[in-house]
Amino acid sequence: MNPALTQRQLNLLLGALLLLAAGLSLLTGSEAIPLLQALRESLAERPGVAGLILTELRLPRTAVALIAGASLGLCGALMQSLLRNPLASPGLIGSANGAALGAVVCLYFGLAGAAAFILPLGGMLGALLATFTVYLLAGRDSGSLTLILAGVAVNAFTLALVSLLLNLAPSPYAVQEIALWMLGSLANLSRNELWLLLPGSLLGWLLAWRQGRALDLLGLGEETALSMGVDLTNLRRRLFLAVALAVGSAVAVTGAIGFIGLVVPHLLRPLVGHQPSRLLLPSALGGALLLICADIAVRLLPAQTEIKVGVLTALIGAPFFVWLIVRNRGRSL
Amino acid sequence: MLNAEGLCFYRGDQVILDEVDLELGRGEMLGLIGPNGAGKSTLLRLLAGVLTPDAGSISLDGRPIESLTRRERARRIAYLPQLNQIAWPLSVERLVELGRLPHLEPWQHPGPDDRAIIERVIVQTDLLALRQRPFDTLSGGEQARVLLARALVTEPDILLADEPVAALDPAHQLDVMDLLSDHCDAGKSVIVVLHDLTLSAHYCDRLQLLLDGATLAEGLPEEVLDEDNLADAYAIELSEPEENALAPFSLPWRRLRRSD
Repeated sequence: MNPALTQRQLNLLLGALLLLAAGLSLLTGSEAIPLLQALRESLAERPGVAGLILTELRLPRTAVALIAGASLGLCGALMQSLLRNPLASPGLIGSANGAALGAVVCLYFGLAGAAAFILPLGGMLGALLATFTVYLLAGRDSGSLTLILAGVAVNAFTLALVSLLLNLAPSPYAVQEIALWMLGSLANLSRNELWLLLPGSLLGWLLAWRQGRALDLLGLGEETALSMGVDLTNLRRRLFLAVALAVGSAVAVTGAIGFIGLVVPHLLRPLVGHQPSRLLLPSALGGALLLICADIAVRLLPAQTEIKVGVLTALIGAPFFVWLIVRNRGRSL
Repeated sequence: MLNAEGLCFYRGDQVILDEVDLELGRGEMLGLIGPNGAGKSTLLRLLAGVLTPDAGSISLDGRPIESLTRRERARRIAYLPQLNQIAWPLSVERLVELGRLPHLEPWQHPGPDDRAIIERVIVQTDLLALRQRPFDTLSGGEQARVLLARALVTEPDILLADEPVAALDPAHQLDVMDLLSDHCDAGKSVIVVLHDLTLSAHYCDRLQLLLDGATLAEGLPEEVLDEDNLADAYAIELSEPEENALAPFSLPWRRLRRSD
């Protein structure tokens, strides 16, 4: 059973679709702007309205969707391969909820208003702290199951702390601000958020660079991987940090956007012959593609209030996931 | 070529291995035998670098094993664990190919030489017809052959196999043992954990009998498999062949009857 697409063809196809979606995303919004005119204006010394909408609103929004989506897809593939479990999500080791807690703390204590970079920074810090706790709890030489259990425990605790802060929030307005932030949205992003998102994401991607082979070997079992020269402790440490940085900075900027990191690698895995090393790049491209498409969809939906993109991904992602499970029922995943 | 001295391994305050020595020569097939829980698998894991001994030393060609990098060690010693823990249903071909990774840099793809080795091993292990099949659709015997092929393409100087014939039918048991034997004929060495004393007697150049984490006996199969050792290690004794239609299938041993 040869896959119908070669690895290169799959990546090219996903890349082309991604470019197309990014282009569409630049054209989508409440104001119709002629792209050529906007482009010309944005290059001018004093850009007009169309130029400003393009460079100050749509471009950052699309870029953030691309980077955050890529991080979620990539980290989903990394986590599933590292934990040898197709149900692992990038948030499993605490990164997403940690980031949410960090951001909510900033919102709760009113720090977020002081400067634009405080909120994402708090989120990053939360993600690193939560992931580090999971790592410490699981211990150095533990198996995947211990890691998953430690992740579940830390996630539950961070969520409880978020709930506590919501519970104690001084005003209904604060509650609403926190709750809305947690839904996950790409609206109202500026270039500042893009600059805040970039370093953590790039560093995370860099750490994951060329770890595919080790993940392939890990797929043979932890003992076999060790005997084949994989430094498991180092691999785990490295990928934990990668996920904490990439997912942490994504969630800190966009709020919680679920299911992309879970569904995208799952969907693409059969297309790459189930090999972890071949899954990484397609998952990053696919994650970016899916998040951009979801973000176009929320802008096109005729609703009084814009539906948050995190709500949409969960709304579509969960039933889709159920469909995957039903389809594969009885077969090993 | 491979030497271990005074290997100890503890789990909590439980002693798994206590001062075990081991010696393996070039071209030799050494059988590790002993009852369940004797420490055979643990000894193999220590030699494979999966576990670190609490005391004792391992050396390869006179060099302490710690002086080798992880990759050097992985190129020279391959380990075939007892349990198949394959997480993803890779195709047979891709799974076997992973055995070449210790020889490749992280950015390198298998070259013509690697391809030739992979092809040779696929033919050797009789996997040609199965090469595109996903691993999880194979039978137990086929899976065992694939996992052995994965270890063989590494072309290790030493192959450590933990019960490679468990749960295989007689013909496949012979297939696997023959492959291990071929590996030794090529001037490489094998340490194999076996429960089947008959197979171990026929295929191994030397046997090492473990009991309660220590070596009870070591030497040629006929020396190790003597009456006293069988009684002490397994509480069995050799039986007389039965005289009926099933005579060719008589069990060579029976439970020890302590009449005295």
